[in-house]
Amino acid sequence: MSLHLTDVTLTYPDGGARLIALDDVTLHVPAGTITALVGPSGSGKSSLLAVAATLISPDSGQVVIAGTDTTGMSRNRLTELRRTRIGMVFQQPNLLPSLTAIEQLQVMAHLDGRAPRGARGRALELLEAVGLTGQADRRPHELSGGQRQRINIARALMNEPAVLLVDEPTSALDQERGAAILDLITTLTHRQGAATVLVTHDRSHLTAVDQVVEIHDGRLRTPVASGAP
Amino acid sequence: MFVAWRDLRFAKGRFVLMGAVVVLITVLVGLVSGLTAGLARANTSAITDLPADHLAFARPVDGEDVSFTVSSVDADTWAAWERVPGVTTAEPLGIVTTRAQADGRTASVSAFGVQPGSGLAPSPAQVRDGAVVLSTAAADELDARTGDTVTVAGRDLRVTDVARDASYSHTPVVWTSLDDFQQLSRGDGDGGPRATVVALTTTPAADLVAADTELGTTTVSRDDALSAIGSFTSENGSLQLMRGFLFAISALVIGAFFTVWTIQRSGDIAVLKALGASTGYLLRDALGQAVVLLGLGTVAGTAVAVAAGAALGSAVPFVLDFATVAGPALIMIALGVAGAALSIRRITSVDPLTALGSAR
Ligand SMILES: Nc1ncnc2c1ncn2[C@@H]1O[C@H](COP(=O)(O)OP(=O)(O)OP(=O)(O)O)[C@@H](O)[C@H]1O
Ligand SMILES: [Mg+2]
Repeated sequence: MSLHLTDVTLTYPDGGARLIALDDVTLHVPAGTITALVGPSGSGKSSLLAVAATLISPDSGQVVIAGTDTTGMSRNRLTELRRTRIGMVFQQPNLLPSLTAIEQLQVMAHLDGRAPRGARGRALELLEAVGLTGQADRRPHELSGGQRQRINIARALMNEPAVLLVDEPTSALDQERGAAILDLITTLTHRQGAATVLVTHDRSHLTAVDQVVEIHDGRLRTPVASGAP
Repeated sequence: MFVAWRDLRFAKGRFVLMGAVVVLITVLVGLVSGLTAGLARANTSAITDLPADHLAFARPVDGEDVSFTVSSVDADTWAAWERVPGVTTAEPLGIVTTRAQADGRTASVSAFGVQPGSGLAPSPAQVRDGAVVLSTAAADELDARTGDTVTVAGRDLRVTDVARDASYSHTPVVWTSLDDFQQLSRGDGDGGPRATVVALTTTPAADLVAADTELGTTTVSRDDALSAIGSFTSENGSLQLMRGFLFAISALVIGAFFTVWTIQRSGDIAVLKALGASTGYLLRDALGQAVVLLGLGTVAGTAVAVAAGAALGSAVPFVLDFATVAGPALIMIALGVAGAALSIRRITSVDPLTALGSAR
């Protein structure tokens, strides 16, 4: 249940030429560990996440999610894979305005063709894990930014993903809340055995993760530092 | 429909507003439909209720359409039609619109002249020379009963029966004998009785075209004969056009609403796609929402139209039956869903990648 990117190259059209966003990237994230991805703006962090999330197919290279090679998969199969094996934590919480906190989680089961009612237990469990049991029936506009972000994380874990992709989860939060969110991601990653990629700008996060990779102009650098002993 | 239901409730104001538009358009469509049917009935019921499947008109001059006001056939014609193989009955029917009076009350009526004993009149035995059978509307307008005397076009006729309702060219029908009809229509000048058309009951074996050529007539089916009533085509045409426009307007308004709505929530759609919602799931969700909105709006609107039609009562010609009520409602829903489907289509082109961005 890990994430493997092998020799991934991604280009975007750039006028007449092509802009190389990912240049021969190889990355292995074992299950139950967190890899922090750092790098300057425009270096390709979101692009890497999008490729790992199967939202973009790379020009070349291989993306293997929990043992499944996604190369050449149909759009429908990719959507299914995203639904069942990948958890996405967006930079903005991206909650649906008409749904209550618990429904934000239940909808994940419904997307997968299961009864939302049957998923209530799991949703409550996750809400408890992120400390929002008391807010289960509130809609996004009745929650604070930090609470929304915690639901964003709980939602990503709802379908027990093998791969958890997290894009700058704390950029909208203050230092203290940011640290709490990172704690939460670490705990849940270990508990669920997910392979987690965490994009972050915050250097203070780096001590808490298992592996740090730096990206520059689409190229990965050898791990520069590791919080793991 | 997990998200769509909750959106319906969450964005209540918007959907209620749109629902109200659907209700109002449906009321209008319902009223116009009832009125169209009612006016058509007042214009044609005496013809549509005739126990005949075809009507033979005198052949019109080149380039003209058959017309009840112009057509005139003689006794030889209906006698000859009777002998055409495959024609079961061929009976003369004279039609003239004239005035009737009784006890100082006056009404415009359409006199239908038939041969005594003819099945074309509701109570055949009561149609005799010097007698008149009134439709219920004619009896109402003249305040006449069986046994009274009614003056039709200056001739005193005894009312022998008041029978079913029948209306022609927006006037109530009275039935007289064909002989009396000659007087009413001031024909009978040259050579024998005349009628307006010959009412035919035929079997499929009848060669109507050949008979037309031979007998100098033009035969059309009973339903096609409606256009031979002076005002029917233009009246019915303009009302149908109105109805058509209402249908088109409602489809466009629904389409516009769902276009805006879909654009507005394209951020949510991108998120759902990124989370693994299939395009089919999202389309079903959105279309279900449109069906709920249209269904509720249309049912409410139809109910209002039915209530209004019932309240109008006999003040205006208004027909309330399943076809006039349910038909337009179903068309409204079908066209509305089509309009919504066209706008919802843009769901397919929403890129889930946009959910990754830092600002939506
Ligand atoms: N859809 C696109 N079309 C063309 N070029 C793109 C597209 N998305 C990203 N790029 C370019 O690819 C490069 C990598 O972009 P990416 O978004 O992956 O950077 P990033 O590391 O996430 O930056 P940031 O920290 O600012 O979010 C940039 O030069 C960017 O301009
Ligand atoms: Mg980025």
